[in-house]
Amino acid sequence: MIPVPSPALEVRNLVKRFDRPAVDGLDLVVRSGEFYALLGPNGAGKTTTLRMIAGLLRPDAGSIRVTGIDALADPVAAKRVVAWISDEPMIYDKLTPEEYLEFIAGLWSVEPELAQARAQELLEWLGLAAHARERCETFSKGMRQKVALAGALVHDPRLIILDEPLTGLDAGSARQVKSVLRERARAGGTIIMTTHILEVAERMADRIGVIAHGRLVAEGTLDELRQQVGNGANAAIGGDDASGEASLEDTFLALVAQPAQAA
Amino acid sequence: MIQAGTAVWFARHESRLAWRDWLSMMTAGRRARARGVAIGFVAFIIFMHVVAYFVVGPSATAAPDKHTMITITATLLLAWLLMISQAMESMTRAFYARADLDLILASPTAAHKLFAIRISTVALTVAAMALPLAGPFIDMLIWRGGIRWLGAYGIIVAMGTAAAALAVALTVALFRAIGPKRTRLVAQVVAAVIGAAFVIGLQVAAILSYGTLSQASVLRSDGLFALAPDAGSVFWWPAHAVLGEIGPLAGVLIFSFVLLAIAVALVAPRFGEYAVAAAGAENAPTSRAQRRTIFRITSPRRALRRKEWILLRRDPWLVSQTLMQMLYLVPPAILLWRSFQAGGGAVNLLVPVLVMAAGQLSGGLAWLTISGEDAPDLVATAPVPAGFILRAKIEAVLGIIAVIFAPLVAALAIVSPWHALVTGLGVVIAAASATAIQLWFRTQAKRSQFRRRQVSSRVATFAEAFSSIGWAATAAVAAVSLWLAIAPAVFTLALLGGARYLSPRKHA
Repeated sequence: MIPVPSPALEVRNLVKRFDRPAVDGLDLVVRSGEFYALLGPNGAGKTTTLRMIAGLLRPDAGSIRVTGIDALADPVAAKRVVAWISDEPMIYDKLTPEEYLEFIAGLWSVEPELAQARAQELLEWLGLAAHARERCETFSKGMRQKVALAGALVHDPRLIILDEPLTGLDAGSARQVKSVLRERARAGGTIIMTTHILEVAERMADRIGVIAHGRLVAEGTLDELRQQVGNGANAAIGGDDASGEASLEDTFLALVAQPAQAA
Repeated sequence: MIQAGTAVWFARHESRLAWRDWLSMMTAGRRARARGVAIGFVAFIIFMHVVAYFVVGPSATAAPDKHTMITITATLLLAWLLMISQAMESMTRAFYARADLDLILASPTAAHKLFAIRISTVALTVAAMALPLAGPFIDMLIWRGGIRWLGAYGIIVAMGTAAAALAVALTVALFRAIGPKRTRLVAQVVAAVIGAAFVIGLQVAAILSYGTLSQASVLRSDGLFALAPDAGSVFWWPAHAVLGEIGPLAGVLIFSFVLLAIAVALVAPRFGEYAVAAAGAENAPTSRAQRRTIFRITSPRRALRRKEWILLRRDPWLVSQTLMQMLYLVPPAILLWRSFQAGGGAVNLLVPVLVMAAGQLSGGLAWLTISGEDAPDLVATAPVPAGFILRAKIEAVLGIIAVIFAPLVAALAIVSPWHALVTGLGVVIAAASATAIQLWFRTQAKRSQFRRRQVSSRVATFAEAFSSIGWAATAAVAAVSLWLAIAPAVFTLALLGGARYLSPRKHA
């Protein structure tokens, strides 16, 4: 019998309340090697969900398994295989990209020689090699986000969690970041990403999850989502696609409107 | 209705911003605290009046002889240097704070008017900030010595005005001499040095001449008396003004206003240019490429410690803040050096000074490493057990304290092993206490918000200060008698317990 590999991420009945439920019984499974886009309107619970998966927030209830590891019972083991990137690059102004990558490699206990080789490769890949020994304080938002991305990849994570990684990036930087992510997914890495740029999700993601009011309201490929919404979606949300086929934007708006109407 | 674009209109705009900024700083952004802050302020003023009654009350009727003139002039000089230091810091911030610069320069108003107001505001702020400290002393002098002391208030205004003028001149001179990129750091260091130089200079003179840390011994010395100018000299005008002589008061006030007017006339039209240059320098690429980093770190603990040390070393704000505290270690170091030569009981003075300095330095460093984390999410997602990050950061702080204080304690051990032991223990306990307070009251902030750390929690600020003072007192007494040291130690421990109880993390 062939053993079934654990999913890269398995979230069951996840609950987190602040003054109101932010995440309300969320179930989510992301397969290994999958590029998964999590969409939802502002305040839907996307960031809270990702922060709980990354170990930055403790859920009130539910379970999180990362590559088969119970992230709540053994957070250190889970964090070892996860990388987290937010829309605000988490870097230190007074460190150079090289020093930053050395710091992260140290935090994740990567062998120095291996880390150095990976860092060099990543800096070249992301077009940062010429700035590798300059302090990050003068870098643009795009360069900072690329440094953060290099940091996320230097310890070779199996699951990369990205929260709005393309916010504020110029076209060139956004393309480089997307290219690196696509390469990573092609090489077998698992990526879960939130974005407000629906076109990015449409082009890059293998599957898309739509979250609203703290719950997953729909999930699947773009075609599957269209089917879930039904043919009337385009008309229902006032879409103007002449082809008659609902775009992701039409589909998304129809999906997030459903629970609101139900509520 | 004030006409838009006039100097008065700008003054109203600036004063409103300054008032709201000050209120926000004092209340840490919580308006509900305003009443508590007001009550605390009134209590502080009353307390200062009581202190002033005992400190300067007996001197209120002193004859205006040369000794009195020397004491008043030295006090004014000290206050003025502190004002210049503060004005330089404000001026540097005015140049480097981009905030509304684009809006002002893009608007069709005469920007130089606003910049003139902005420079004048520094003068006003510096004088206003001196009032809560100097006012109670002047009030007590007036009460005990008569209305003639009212002139001291005029001198505070004059000193604030002259300090702002000099600060503008110094900052612009630095801009021209070393460029906008280096000015920020150098101006802060110069401000710190100016602020501390006078006190330290007097202490060093006192040590070298009399073997004591007391500045008063220099001020009362015959040598200084002989060196001082004659009674009729212009040099004493500020002192005469403080004593209520109208002529010198008017002269000093006019002189200071003329200085400020010249500074405003010269700098205001080019203020925008300087500010733009400062902003450009901030965004300019690092001119000197760093050496290639050879990856050597093999553990998370080492990675965290090294990161903290690099960041602390490269933090210009911290350099100036730390330098100020380190400068105060110069006199005790000289006293220690003299003790080598002369032997004797001067070492008793060193114990509390070193312990106090260790506590204060640790507090600042601990805030930077614990609360001032620029990438909190990054370190929180690192695969290390809970508490590991904080432990590594505390090690980084205590490592720096050890590097700074160990040589001093070792040198002290040669003179007196007992004093060295007490000082060593005191340094460790004071540093640990200050770090613990920062742990209990930790917040999440950017390192650049270091200046605001003291307003984020008043309890933490006072607890940190009184803990350092308490351990310094304990160590000073312990150096003489261990039994007597129990009382201040218990008091300081109670204070720490109180701080822990009031901390938001008491259940954490």
